[in-house]
Amino acid sequence: MREFTYSRAASLDQALGTHARPIAGATNLVDLMKLEVETPDALIDITRLDLSRIERAGDGVRIGALVPNADCAADPLIRRHWPVLSSAILAGASPQLRNKATTGGNLCQRTRCGYFTDLSTCCNKRTPGSGCDALKGVNHNHAILGTSDACIATYPGDMAVALAALDACVQIQGPDGMRQVPLREFHRLPGTAEAPDNVLQPGEIITAVTLPAPPPGRQIYRKVRERSSYAFALVSIAAVIKVESGLISHARLAFGGLAHKPWHDPAVEAALIGQPPGQAVFQRAADILLKDARGFGGNNFKIPLTRRTLAAVLIEATRD
Amino acid sequence: MPDTPQARLVVNGTPRSFAGDPRRTLLDFLRLDLGLTGTKKGCDHGQCGACTVIVNGRRINACLSLVAMHDGDDVTTIEGLGSPEALSALQRAFVTHDGFQCGYCTPGQICSATAMLDELRAGWPSVVTEGLSGPSDPSDDELRERMSGNLCRCGAYSNIIAAIREVLQTEPREASA
Ligand SMILES: Cc1cc2nc3c(=O)[nH]c(=O)nc-3n(C[C@H](O)[C@H](O)[C@H](O)COP(=O)(O)OP(=O)(O)OC[C@H]3O[C@@H](n4cnc5c(N)ncnc54)[C@H](O)[C@@H]3O)c2cc1C
Ligand code: SF4
Ligand code: FES
Ligand code: FES
Repeated sequence: MREFTYSRAASLDQALGTHARPIAGATNLVDLMKLEVETPDALIDITRLDLSRIERAGDGVRIGALVPNADCAADPLIRRHWPVLSSAILAGASPQLRNKATTGGNLCQRTRCGYFTDLSTCCNKRTPGSGCDALKGVNHNHAILGTSDACIATYPGDMAVALAALDACVQIQGPDGMRQVPLREFHRLPGTAEAPDNVLQPGEIITAVTLPAPPPGRQIYRKVRERSSYAFALVSIAAVIKVESGLISHARLAFGGLAHKPWHDPAVEAALIGQPPGQAVFQRAADILLKDARGFGGNNFKIPLTRRTLAAVLIEATRD
Repeated sequence: MPDTPQARLVVNGTPRSFAGDPRRTLLDFLRLDLGLTGTKKGCDHGQCGACTVIVNGRRINACLSLVAMHDGDDVTTIEGLGSPEALSALQRAFVTHDGFQCGYCTPGQICSATAMLDELRAGWPSVVTEGLSGPSDPSDDELRERMSGNLCRCGAYSNIIAAIREVLQTEPREASA
């Protein structure tokens, strides 16, 4: 690990506008600092800030940036009204990690591309302009949607996939005030890989994630992975679906493991709404979702896997 | 320029302090500075659970935490759960059921299981819990999922589950003693 200075923020103001990197649960940042993939020269410990509450906000809820993932998943309000969020969190990492991982840190976790964490390889994300060894290398867990020639990494998290299906907003505090970013616009596509993972600017702090009123219908999180626990998603789907009088009346779908951000495509939802549930409709939704999908060898299997997982989720979501 | 980081924490009931290089992980602090070598280093990257300790009642991976961040915290390691003369219920059950072979993962398994039983009592859900309600009578699958953060290279899993189940059934209140 490279040397760094450490300080503890006693107030939010102290954490804003500084070049020091915020550290919260430490489970991603310390991991990457040990590998010297991350080399901040200053850390600011934000864990003492008052950002650990889950509170009602109108008909919705405000989840503080420092709420541990385990607490969010176990919260009675979240379990009752936004169960897809509990399920997504519980499908990720391990109980020990979920006890430390925080809402804000989870959103900012970095890709699990094996080249990104191996300093002996070429990786545009780690070393801009060096190339991308994943393009022709081991890429079974890489993206099939929204890729670029510079980077085909995925955003690996689960929680954010559920948040994307729940129309969540990220509250960000900077030295000049607060801004709100819809979760679906928080993470970025790779484009030129020098571009950062998300829209957070240095000196800004995520203070909370907000959810609007609970959506109608059934909520499901389905994660397909290489072992049944403690593994990242190959493909995951967060679904909120309501069927009324035999027709799908509400549909929200977000996908993990497919892209550099939780993937959301309004055309997929539009293809479902107003239709009777059934294989023909489900396959059409998959056709739309995967229209521009592209495999890179090792991850070609994700295209049929996504199609089958989507059908399975929609069958479960629309069953009587 | 910030000063050398300072942290005062309680480890197994004893007040301890840290002042030094902020790169010190909680795991290295316990093992190298305090000589509490019961807590093991397996992967050093959050992937195996050998370093599991209990901080303020919660199980965490000590390898992915900086000791400087633990000012004011209460830490329990395997040494704090019981002693050879007075084993905790889970320590005793691991012996009874042969819940190990080489024993390297065992301190982490026992710390993890101790906190896991508290999570069960608190009604925490898991991904295998139907309807996200905490299970009153956890199945083996349920226990396996809840212990999935602890790998055992020797594959003592079935005996580990047997040990945990015994404590769960016989001493539901004293398990976290
Ligand atoms: C073995 C292993 C398996 C895992 N499996 C999964 C999995 O299956 N699914 C999954 O989703 N995740 C998984 N994870 C990742 C885990 O969820 C993340 O490490 C965790 O959520 C990060 O949160 P943290 O609070 O520890 O972040 P930290 O490590 O403290 O920080 C991560 C990043 O976020 C920034 N940051 C933190 N808080 C804020 C804030 N409030 N404002 C601005 N920036 C902030 C930091 O500067 C840093 O860049 C796994 C991790 C490990 C080690
Ligand atoms: S896919 Fe992205 S993160 Fe992985 S090697 Fe290529 S540039 Fe780096
Ligand atoms: S040593 Fe900490 S999880 Fe492996
Ligand atoms: S007993 Fe050897 S690793 Fe578990």
